[in-house]
Amino acid sequence: MSDERILVLGIGNILWADEGFGVRVVEALDRAYDIPDQVRLLDGGTQGLYLLPALEEADVVIILDAVDYGLPPGTLHCLADADVPAVLSARKLSLHQTGFQEVLALLQLRGCLPRALRLVGVQPHTLDDYGGGLTEGVAAQVAPAMAEVVRLLSEEFGIALQPAAPRAAGLMAPAIGRAAYEAGRPSADAACRVGDERVLRRGWDG
Amino acid sequence: MTIQTPNGFSLDTAGRRIVVDPVTRIEGHMRCEVNVDSNNVIRNAVSTGTMWRGLEVILKGRDPRDAWAFVERICGVCTGCHALTSVRAVEDALNIKIPNNAFLIREIMAKVLQWHDHVVHFYHLHALDWVNPVNALKADPKATSALQQAISNHSKSSPGYFRDVQNRLKTFVESGQLGIFKNGYWDNPAYKLPPEADLLAVTHYLEALDFQREIVKVHTIFGGKNPHPNYMVGGVPCAINMDGDMSAGAPLNMERLNFVKLKLQEAFEFSQNVYVPDVIAIASYYKDWLYGGGLSATNVMDYGDYEAIQGQKSTDRLPGGVILGGNWNEVHPIDPRDPEQVQEFVTHSWYTYGAGNNDKGLHPWDGVTEPNYQLGPAAKGTKTNIEAVDEAAKYSWIKAPRWRGNAVEVGPLARYTLAYAKGVDYVKGQVDEALGRFNTLAGTNLTAKQALPTTIGRTLARALEAQYCAAMMLDDFNHLIANIKAGDTSTANMEKWDPATWPKEAKGVGTVAAPRGGLGHWIKIKDGRIENYQCVVPTTWNGGPRDPKGNIGAFEASLLNTPMQRPDEPVEILRTLHSFDPCLACSTHVLAPGGEELARVTVR
Repeated sequence: MSDERILVLGIGNILWADEGFGVRVVEALDRAYDIPDQVRLLDGGTQGLYLLPALEEADVVIILDAVDYGLPPGTLHCLADADVPAVLSARKLSLHQTGFQEVLALLQLRGCLPRALRLVGVQPHTLDDYGGGLTEGVAAQVAPAMAEVVRLLSEEFGIALQPAAPRAAGLMAPAIGRAAYEAGRPSADAACRVGDERVLRRGWDG
Repeated sequence: MTIQTPNGFSLDTAGRRIVVDPVTRIEGHMRCEVNVDSNNVIRNAVSTGTMWRGLEVILKGRDPRDAWAFVERICGVCTGCHALTSVRAVEDALNIKIPNNAFLIREIMAKVLQWHDHVVHFYHLHALDWVNPVNALKADPKATSALQQAISNHSKSSPGYFRDVQNRLKTFVESGQLGIFKNGYWDNPAYKLPPEADLLAVTHYLEALDFQREIVKVHTIFGGKNPHPNYMVGGVPCAINMDGDMSAGAPLNMERLNFVKLKLQEAFEFSQNVYVPDVIAIASYYKDWLYGGGLSATNVMDYGDYEAIQGQKSTDRLPGGVILGGNWNEVHPIDPRDPEQVQEFVTHSWYTYGAGNNDKGLHPWDGVTEPNYQLGPAAKGTKTNIEAVDEAAKYSWIKAPRWRGNAVEVGPLARYTLAYAKGVDYVKGQVDEALGRFNTLAGTNLTAKQALPTTIGRTLARALEAQYCAAMMLDDFNHLIANIKAGDTSTANMEKWDPATWPKEAKGVGTVAAPRGGLGHWIKIKDGRIENYQCVVPTTWNGGPRDPKGNIGAFEASLLNTPMQRPDEPVEILRTLHSFDPCLACSTHVLAPGGEELARVTVR
């Protein structure tokens, strides 16, 4: 087993449906596995620049995110190293990716780029559902994305994760854990779920 | 056509229309349209929030004790201040008094956030409006060293140090990875710094990155983790045990507290030796660019924050109130509970209050968030591709909050104007000293009343506020230690944790001096659940559209009468808008495509 520090980073906003994918996978990993000290699971939210400290400390970074690859919704797609910033800059889906690409540029300016960079991304189906959870096809990719992280850790970085006894996730406040968040949603009558059709349309037209 | 607004501004829509969409280097998504006259001076300005935010409505029916965790996710930069405002609102509604240790720990966390946010804003989001990083490559490091030594006694000031940074920058630029510095207009004559000052600022940009890594550790210690530190209704979720060990999840002990103290001291020194001197030095090269004041010259507002004595609002170290008409001799008291004071209007916003209520103002406790997207008759383009909005009709996803019907500016400049007018010693000392140094460097003789209500003044107020926060949190820290040493280790009041102890119905309000200005959350609780929740955020006050009477808000007012060097390069527009540190993510809902590297500019 190597002694490299590995950051498993979920990014995205849990309040916008499939945008929360990366954070939800990290939450699920935290619940399912015992995480050794050299691996850090991080719910990065939409913090952008503020994630720099965590990234600088890492030798290896595995990013989990909803990414617009131009593939059918619910497709899981993994990329490595130089392809990662390229996809984040070419096809930006939401604002946090602008922030994240900037973070990578800053790491480079400071000479702190991680040795290895991996992206486990899913093509989202729906973003414009404020207060919503993961859509069915994207939710179905949480387990495969977890398996891919476990595989990467084991095959590429020499770390075998051991399953944990089921327990409540400690990664985030229980109220916004996936189950409580999705179950506690007010009805569409009580809480409007759609936004600006102009922005939505532009979002999908790229 | 010229329009005279009731709040004293003159708008002329005759000239060419310039559209900037999106406005870059902000949090969230915004559009700005201006009209310029034949001399390229801005004569009309229209600020549009282009995203809808539905945060309030998704909280309906949730447990009030959980609201902080949701609001912490509204946006990526001001997570902690929403969480703090939320727990304050719930505690207000349920009449919960938190232990003094919890009060002090929250105060330190809030000021760390304020300090951190201001530093990140200046060096990472705003500096590039004044500083040309490409020009820094031409600097003589010896000249930068001399400049550094002239403006402060910062320890890192040798020519070799600056040469080293310049070499790193050169390698970075030559590799074609201009990245972060790509979205600029580097040959625009609006940039005034000599190369040595550009190199100084770029160097401190990198130092600020080093520093932000350290300061957030304070949030990890008090909040359990970062990002997204934990908050709790009734107190703070960390225990104090001075004999505790350092194992994971360990409570606060002396070793951790000593670490916190060290970081707070370093923050103060960075403010004193780097951030404040940099702003003054950069400003001195822009002494002829005193635009951008807008509404701050007349109307400013804050709720007040940073009580010296817990529970005594009159001891606020940044006192609240409202100044109207530029009369610094009279500060009106503000009460966020009074239904006649804070009201939100939707006459020009894409919301509806129901038929016949288009021009009505609603207090946040009675607030309604129901979308109604329609363009006015003079708008150009279509609903899915707007070429120009019609500001005579609805034109923004931001509501228009008003204080007793008056448009006001909020933010560090508003707080500093109020504190200066009220004669707060620390603030008065800071402002007068900074002005003295500015006047010496620039060869000017400006008074506070001339210098503060400007874009530069807004940026200076933020730097001074960061320094004041660092000084205050060291004070809070000393009180915390004294409290603990006196045997008080309580950090939470759980008497009213159980909803069975709550009244059937309750309502409360929480306010915080957030980095961008006064932030308020209003909550109504019924049968143990959230019945209504409204956030009125700083960028709503500053970036909101016109009201039924035609008063314009702070963003629009700040752009008026500013000359543009090149209308298709909106350096001046971005400079002034950035000085507010706009955060559209919480003032509107984010679901934008995002991400254009360069602000798109259309001239019509």
